[in-house]
Amino acid sequence: MSIENLKCKECGATYDLGAHFACENCFGPLEVAYDFTALEPTETKRKIQAGSQGIWRYADFLPFEGRPGDPLEPGLTPLVRADRLAERLGLDAELWIKNDAANPTHSFKDRVVAVAVAKAQELGFDTVACASTGNLANAVAAHAAAAGLRSYVFVPANLEEQKLLATGIYGTNLVGVRGNYDDVNRLCTQLAETRPWAFVNVNLRPYYAEGSKTLAYETAEQLGWQLPDRIICPIASGSLFTKVGRGFQEWLDIGLIEGQQPVFNGAQAEGCSPVATAFAEGWDVCKPQKPETIAKSLAIGDPADGPYAVEQARRTGGAVDSVSDAEIRDGISLLAETTGIFTETAGGVTVGVLAKLAERGDIAPGERVVVYITGEGLKTLDATRDRFRMHEIDPDLDSFEAEFRQEVTV
Amino acid sequence: MPITVKIPTQLRAATDGEAQVEVAGATVGEVLDAVFEAHATLRDRITQDGDLRRFVNVYVSGEDIRFQDGLATQIDDGAEVTILPAVAGG
Repeated sequence: MSIENLKCKECGATYDLGAHFACENCFGPLEVAYDFTALEPTETKRKIQAGSQGIWRYADFLPFEGRPGDPLEPGLTPLVRADRLAERLGLDAELWIKNDAANPTHSFKDRVVAVAVAKAQELGFDTVACASTGNLANAVAAHAAAAGLRSYVFVPANLEEQKLLATGIYGTNLVGVRGNYDDVNRLCTQLAETRPWAFVNVNLRPYYAEGSKTLAYETAEQLGWQLPDRIICPIASGSLFTKVGRGFQEWLDIGLIEGQQPVFNGAQAEGCSPVATAFAEGWDVCKPQKPETIAKSLAIGDPADGPYAVEQARRTGGAVDSVSDAEIRDGISLLAETTGIFTETAGGVTVGVLAKLAERGDIAPGERVVVYITGEGLKTLDATRDRFRMHEIDPDLDSFEAEFRQEVTV
Repeated sequence: MPITVKIPTQLRAATDGEAQVEVAGATVGEVLDAVFEAHATLRDRITQDGDLRRFVNVYVSGEDIRFQDGLATQIDDGAEVTILPAVAGG
């Protein structure tokens, strides 16, 4: 079996495969360690292709013995060409959008939660919980409902109404905390010590985070078992960003794909840009910030994997950039108008950074670029208000003609 | 009044299982030094070259000391200091 233990990313100390997340020696994050040497590339590829139509086709690379049951299997979301978007940005590149809004609860968080909930069941927990900026709340509430587990979901009380409604409906215990995400996260870290619950992104975080690797696997498989030259990915805690890199690396290591790691471009909102700031300043730690941005799903002022995200951007010749709230709104509109994909504010951040890279001339002609759209526009409707005008008319032809007269060319 | 320092689960092997330690001190640095006096093996687990390790968060009455003066942050009598791993969330 390929899953070995939990290993500290800082000092290398190892732990058993239980509900642990921080190293006792140095407080570093724990990560699942595997031994993939027994996986033969041709046979592994065949097994993946014959697998389920979702993330569990990659079960050999996830922290389980065999494939767990999962009634809400996420994954295999569309990877679509975005030629019109490239054209609008003046890019002569092969531009792709990975639309991960097309998951059961409409964000990439279904991937990590599917893994965490399966692990919670395996470890014998009857209650799952999380600290969330919204998307995770939706996913935990839904996957807990599907699995028949109790759940507690902690969010900043001032979250977008759509995300609160789309969480409470699953019958979870929805807890709005008067504070920002970092306050919620601190509270949950303390609660994880006193309650016998599986906090998916606290004590189960090493397993949870592994779910993000499936975005890398899918990208490579959907590109015909090839790597992109560059990826653009939003950064909140930095976990998704670093795990996409790990996913590509695992497949490179076992020879399932060839080539080298893509250039990694991270995307943050100016109002919460601790990772972009650390990258720009050359720091190896992130100085925490008090978030003030419409991109609430990325509003983590103290990013747990920030240092690793900075390292990943540097190591691959990439960067971490940030965009303003106005650029985020423009990004949402631009993506919708050119691809038919309606994203939430986090996607606006990502497209905003794509536009910035295009303007800066960072993307070479012919480059194959994958842009990760991680959430659905219906979750952050406020960000799209006043972007357009509805034509209101009476139900008769004259009224219509009067409104659109100037556009008629006969 | 003494300062109460909350010890997270991961560090309790170094405090003989104690979940909190009461010490005196006027700043976070002084308070932590007093904790290290009582439990010597804690020092290397949460500090490196005199600074907090990069995945250690310290809060005074719920506020992250990096938003204040770091280890020089003043502490009022009776305040609570919380040490937590920074590797949760997201």
